[in-house]
Amino acid sequence: MQGLPELLLLLVILTCFVVLGTTRLSACIRAVAWQGLLLGLLPLALYPRGGPHVWGLTAGTILVKAIVLPRFLRWAIREAAVRREVEPLVGYVVSLLFGVVVVAAAFAVSRTLPLAEPAREMLVPASLATVVIGLFVLTTRMKALLQVVGYLMLENGVYLFGLTHVERIPFLMEAGVLLDVFVGIFIMGIVVFHINREFDSLDSAHLSELTD
Amino acid sequence: MVLLALVVLPALAAVGAYAHRAPEWRAPWLGLGAALQLGLVIFAWISPPPPLFDGWLALDALGLVVLTTVSVLFAVVASYAVGYLRRENPRGGRAFVACLLAFQAGASLVALSHHFALLWVGLEAMTLAVAPLIFHRHDRRSLEAVWKYLVISSVGIALALLGIFFLATAQAAAPAGTRPLVLEDLVAGARQLHPAWLRASFVFLLIGLGTKMGLAPMHTWKPDTYGEAPCVVGGLMAGTLTSCAFLGLARVTEVSAAAGIGPFIQPLLLGFGLLSMAVAAAFIIGQTDLRRLLAYSSVEHMGLLVVGLGVGGVGAYGAVLHMVNNALVKGLLFLAVGNVLLNLGATSPARSGILRRAPLSGVLLLVGLFAVTGSPPFGPFLSEFAIVSAAFRGGHYWIAGAVFVLLAVIFIGIGARILDVVHGPASGDAPAPREDPWLVTGPAMLALAVLVLGVYIPRPLFEALSNAAGALGGWPP
Repeated sequence: MQGLPELLLLLVILTCFVVLGTTRLSACIRAVAWQGLLLGLLPLALYPRGGPHVWGLTAGTILVKAIVLPRFLRWAIREAAVRREVEPLVGYVVSLLFGVVVVAAAFAVSRTLPLAEPAREMLVPASLATVVIGLFVLTTRMKALLQVVGYLMLENGVYLFGLTHVERIPFLMEAGVLLDVFVGIFIMGIVVFHINREFDSLDSAHLSELTD
Repeated sequence: MVLLALVVLPALAAVGAYAHRAPEWRAPWLGLGAALQLGLVIFAWISPPPPLFDGWLALDALGLVVLTTVSVLFAVVASYAVGYLRRENPRGGRAFVACLLAFQAGASLVALSHHFALLWVGLEAMTLAVAPLIFHRHDRRSLEAVWKYLVISSVGIALALLGIFFLATAQAAAPAGTRPLVLEDLVAGARQLHPAWLRASFVFLLIGLGTKMGLAPMHTWKPDTYGEAPCVVGGLMAGTLTSCAFLGLARVTEVSAAAGIGPFIQPLLLGFGLLSMAVAAAFIIGQTDLRRLLAYSSVEHMGLLVVGLGVGGVGAYGAVLHMVNNALVKGLLFLAVGNVLLNLGATSPARSGILRRAPLSGVLLLVGLFAVTGSPPFGPFLSEFAIVSAAFRGGHYWIAGAVFVLLAVIFIGIGARILDVVHGPASGDAPAPREDPWLVTGPAMLALAVLVLGVYIPRPLFEALSNAAGALGGWPP
């Protein structure tokens, strides 16, 4: 199975670009769902003989990141009758160019940060790139739902890096990440629902009353 | 077992408070949780409890100082809440109390964790538990506040987690038998940590935990959140949450100091600290809302703490002492401002004369004003003095000078605003109701504690502070 983890990581980066370049909200959510699925498969590809711990991690990740959360986001779109376009602050072309620069920079930076096991070296740049692109989406898309998508990508990047430690440090870290995503987004979702009720739109640009 | 009980009992009280529907039982549940925890803390001072779970939970001097501070503050808040819940009925009352107790359980976990991932879980639990408390009024403004808070602090906490992963990677070359991410083993094997990963880890943890503390430029959620949250919650956030985040930063500073990357972290700490103080000074001048004023004051004091860590030496002692003082003073001020709210109806401009409507609360607000601006004879004067003099002795003359000037500017800004509220003709013409003893006793105790700390530091506390400073690479004066 040589090269399978690398392939999966490339696909993860590709889904990041889909989120950056797409004009439709539902496509963004689909991309993040695919990203969750890829993230779920990665532990299996990296640690084929990992035993029940790795299987559990895979099952939990796919359940939460690829099924539950995307469904929750889609429900929020339907429930809140959000307009379906992304409406970014920064244009799509610029976003994509930014993504390219970030990925290149991530590869350059990770050369100075060596891992103990060279076999997993791809995880570092993929993780850094996903984190930065997630932050970018979070800050340049004004829709509350897309900010949730950006935050999910950020969390996915952190998760990717955590994969380098699956063998050395059992459980707690993955449980922490999953719990965090789940509860964090759940609460955000409730808030999203309230934003909609209060403002008749899910545009966090309306949230600008508190200033100095 | 004491360590486990410190975390589990408040959590159980939270469950109990949520399960119990009767409104008159809310305050007793809160009081029960606070009293149990305070009792256990006193017990821990008398006989130090042994580590638990392979050293994941342990109580060292720094943890003990933080734990004591937050449980004293929580006990005061719980007693204040008796009066508060009589006057106000926060929406979802039992959830309100349950969230407060869950928040406190998270704070205990942070203070006791010697495992970085566990510490992170505690901070995350605190972050989530406090969100419904900010949102309790369910209107536009509190919605905006809670959204900003959730987004910014979730990003911060995610970056902190990445920093913790980096720390684990830095430890990859450690000999077999090393417990990964356990503080003692990290410090003992600090010289074998991979320097590039350790530096990256420090940067991410500084930014992530700095977001939780409210260091500039990651502080933007703070004025909005403090401005909208109920004062009980504001006091806990400004006192407990910030102290716990600072503890996390102090832990990674411990590791970095032991690894000998001081020259790398010092400019970072000093830079963020001074920037925070400067931003706070700029926004305090002309600030009209009392709670937003306190938020910027919190940014200032967090900056001061980080400067203390950065200058090292006696500065580390000063930083730990200042963390205690800051938590107590912020509790005092938020509760006193809470009384202003209950008596005058708002903290926005054109409200004044609290000294006439509610003299005791007015006096407490005045005491808080002098304490928070670092006037003698209150505690913050001593700790600020320790930090500034450490900067002088370390040869950082311009840093000491900058801190001094910023403190003076902030003194004028805060003083002008609070004196407006305290003096002046009373607004509103309804006759003043008698002050509820529950609403003034707690803050008065805090005022007394701050005064005592400014005059005399008890021997056991001094030893704990000295040991904590020693772990951070500093020493007592």
